[in-house]
Amino acid sequence: MNTTRKALGLLAASAGLTAGVAMASDDGTRIHWGPYMVDDKRSGYTYAGAQTRAMQDDDFQNPAFLWLERGADIWETAAGETGQACVDCHGDADEGMAGVGARYPVYFEDWGKMMNVEQRINWCRETQMQAEPFAWESEDLLGITAFVKNQSKGMPVNVSIDGPAQPFWEQGKAFYEQRRGQLDLACTHCHVDHEGTLIRAETLSQGQSNGFPTYRLKWQTLGSLHRRFRGCNRNIRAEPYPYGADEYVNLELYVAWRGNGLPVESPSVRK
Amino acid sequence: MAKIRPRVKAPKKAAMGEIIEIKTLINHAMESGQRKDSSGNPIPRRIINRFDVALNGRQVFSVDLFPSISANPYVAFFLKAEESGDLTFTWHDDDGSVYEETKSIEVA
Repeated sequence: MNTTRKALGLLAASAGLTAGVAMASDDGTRIHWGPYMVDDKRSGYTYAGAQTRAMQDDDFQNPAFLWLERGADIWETAAGETGQACVDCHGDADEGMAGVGARYPVYFEDWGKMMNVEQRINWCRETQMQAEPFAWESEDLLGITAFVKNQSKGMPVNVSIDGPAQPFWEQGKAFYEQRRGQLDLACTHCHVDHEGTLIRAETLSQGQSNGFPTYRLKWQTLGSLHRRFRGCNRNIRAEPYPYGADEYVNLELYVAWRGNGLPVESPSVRK
Repeated sequence: MAKIRPRVKAPKKAAMGEIIEIKTLINHAMESGQRKDSSGNPIPRRIINRFDVALNGRQVFSVDLFPSISANPYVAFFLKAEESGDLTFTWHDDDGSVYEETKSIEVA
C-alpha cells in the first residue's frame, strides 16, 4: 500500500512535460515540438517515433518508472555506519533535489574536477553515510539517479561552464571534436555535421543528454549517459573509457552545455 | 531487477456500462532462452507466460505471452463496467512464481 501511494506521488510529481506536443502546423508540413525544441537545439524526443514518444509521455507506460520507484525507496532507506538516508539531510526530494538534474555536472572543489550526479550520489554514500557505493549501471544507481534527475523534469538544462569548470569544458569540447577509433570519426561528424540525416536506417540525432538516464528499447533497461558514450565509442571502433572516467564526465559537461535550455526529460524513452 | 513490482492503473469508480481502460506494467527480464552468456552457455528461458484478470473471481481478460515479448511487459486493455468488486491481476512466471495485484472498482 505504501509503495502504491509513493508510486502515485511520483506520477503526480512528474507531470510537468505532458503528452501531445507533436502537432502539424496549419499547412501540415512542419511539426511543432513545443518545449522539446529550443532554437536549433532538438531533444532526442523529436527524433523518436510516435510510439516511443507515447511511451515517454505516459508516466505509467514508461518502464523507467519501475526504477524510479526503487530510487524513491533508496531515498528513504537508511544505510551505512551513520544509519542515515538521503532524506535525513536533503529532506523531501521534490524540494531538495529540484534543479539538480539541470545543473550537473558541477565543479567539485574537494576533487578539483567535475562531478556528475552518479558520482555525487556515491560520494554522499561513501563520505557522508559511510556506506558502500553503488556499482555503475546497477539497478540501484540507475534508480536513484533517475529519481534525483526526475525532480528537475521540465526545467531547462543550465550547466555552468564559467570559472573552475572552464578548463574541463575545454577538455570536453576537445574530446567532442577529436577523431577517434578505426572509423576515425569525432562526435561532431555525426551529431553536428550530419544530424537529421540517415546512418543506414537510423536517423542521427543531435546527441543531446537531457533525457538520461534513458530507458532504451534496444537495451530493454534503463541506462546511463556513460553507457551511451561507451556504445557510441564502440560503434566507431574506438576503445571505450570506463564508467565515470574523467574524459566522459568532461564530455558530459560539454554535451549538457550544448543542450542548455532544453528541458530535463529524465527518464526518457528512446529507441 | 530483484524485486518484482506489478503496477496497475485502473479507475476507482465508473458509471454502469462505461468503457474503462486498464493499464498494467510489470518489471520482468523476459529472458527469451535464445541468448548465451559470456562463456557461451545458453541462458535458460524465463518469461511471464500468462497474464489473467478476474473480476470477483470470474475471468474477464487473459493474455498468453511468448518469448519474443520485450522486457517489462506493458498490457493495456478495455473493460465494460457492469459490476462493482475486486479486479485481480495475476502474472504467471516460467519458474512457477505468481505475482498478484488487486484493485477495487465501484460501478454506479
